[in-house]
Amino acid sequence: MTRLARFVRLAIGASALLLLVTAAAPSMAQQVNPTASAVKEQQLLQELNRIQGRVSIPDQRSGVLEQPAGREWRKFRNVTLRWIGGIAIVGMLALLIIFYLSRGMVRLQSGRSGRTIVRFTSYERFVHWMTATCFIVLAISGLNVTFGRPLLLPLIGHEAFSAWSQWAKYAHNYLSFPFTIGVLLIFVMWIAGNIPNRVDVDWLKRGGGIVGHDHPPAYRFNAGQKAVYWIVVVGGLLVSATGYELMFPFYLSGIEGMQIAQMVHAIVAVLFVGVMLAHIYIGTIGMEGAFEAMGSGTVDVNWAREHHSLWLDEENARTDGARPQPSVTAAE
Amino acid sequence: MARMKFLCDADRCIECNACVTACKNEHEVPWGINRRRVVTIEDGKPGERSISMACMHCTDAPCSAVCPVNCFYTTADGVVLHSKDLCIGCGYCFYACPFGAPQYPKVGNFGSRGKMDKCTFCAGGPEADGSKEEYEKYGANRLAEGKLPLCAEMCSTKSLLAGDGEVIAKIYKERVMKRGYGSGAWGWKTAYRETIES
Repeated sequence: MTRLARFVRLAIGASALLLLVTAAAPSMAQQVNPTASAVKEQQLLQELNRIQGRVSIPDQRSGVLEQPAGREWRKFRNVTLRWIGGIAIVGMLALLIIFYLSRGMVRLQSGRSGRTIVRFTSYERFVHWMTATCFIVLAISGLNVTFGRPLLLPLIGHEAFSAWSQWAKYAHNYLSFPFTIGVLLIFVMWIAGNIPNRVDVDWLKRGGGIVGHDHPPAYRFNAGQKAVYWIVVVGGLLVSATGYELMFPFYLSGIEGMQIAQMVHAIVAVLFVGVMLAHIYIGTIGMEGAFEAMGSGTVDVNWAREHHSLWLDEENARTDGARPQPSVTAAE
Repeated sequence: MARMKFLCDADRCIECNACVTACKNEHEVPWGINRRRVVTIEDGKPGERSISMACMHCTDAPCSAVCPVNCFYTTADGVVLHSKDLCIGCGYCFYACPFGAPQYPKVGNFGSRGKMDKCTFCAGGPEADGSKEEYEKYGANRLAEGKLPLCAEMCSTKSLLAGDGEVIAKIYKERVMKRGYGSGAWGWKTAYRETIES
């Protein structure tokens, strides 16, 4: 009886041990690999071109671990933009010089009449020059960011260049406000005269007053001026919007949005500078009698007849056919 | 000459954030700026990993390339440093950096971001090594004292490695060989254009 009991106990113990060994065997044979399901860097980068996670510090934006997109942006900033800007600005300057040498200043064909007519009110001139002054400072300080390091820094040294760039940055940031206001005022102030119409088609076909050699009729603004108007309005609003996005980081977008904003800002800006160089050329040495319109606000009646015949007719009709008043009242 | 690098062994990082705290304390980094942070990916899911990240001191550093005033320089040890006297706070390094390393004391303040601040690999700045000016602007210069960055030195699991790239790569390789797995040297391909075979 006792022998049987001992045998049974032994059998149970042996089978229990066997069960334990066979159950434990698979887990011992297989090596643990905790990275089997681990996140993979390259896979994450390929999926989204950025890796984002959770951080326990207050700055939640630092949760972006890696975003190599900055490399493309770097290439744009250091290579592409310099080519676009260089071609736009140097190319436009070269074009203007060649044009000036071949064409010279476009003269008043019928000479001056001595009688003038008001072209731009003092308010219009104030808005124009406020925007223009801001634009020149913004353009120089902006070009400094792109071209200063290779062109100006070697000439004046690190300390002087940093000091100048610091002030240029402040000027760029703060003058953006009057510039944006100026663009908005220009938009409202001159929209009425800048809607394209049928006269513009004829004007463009005849090459306007500067490329062509005759004087196609135009209302207050000819097709060329309308083009400048829309470039200023659309370009000005684009640089303003993208500029403010960069000035207030993370309010509107993350870094990838700021990279795009900088690209749009810079491309529009260098093209804008190119167009404005042409605008300055026509307004000064390119055409006789043109600067007065924005300078004193009055133009010679003969100038108005040659360049803006339809506008002169309108003005004359508006003053009930009265002769335009001489600007200098004769002493009587 | 050594080529200094950081390597975070993500299979060892336990997201204790001690590296972050050590860095802030060692350099008296101002409130709001974190030169180092720990990012947890796939948080709470299987395969979750935490990675401690700061400036990686890249080869051919993008920040340096895009800086409009050229205020960055690379030391003989391959550490990317910058001069706060020359920095104009434009934010360009921050657009170019793949690791979000550059920080500004006044983010969103009319674009006057203030002088950029980032991890110096505990190597200070252009001022005289160990000087008061250097400490105030950039923090401690441990490298000049023959010490490695504090974040890695005090890492409890030795997940974060800092030092000569070849040495830390060897340590990491040995670990991977021994334990049989490794999720790779995070950021190395982006920063140094190389990976550690594992």
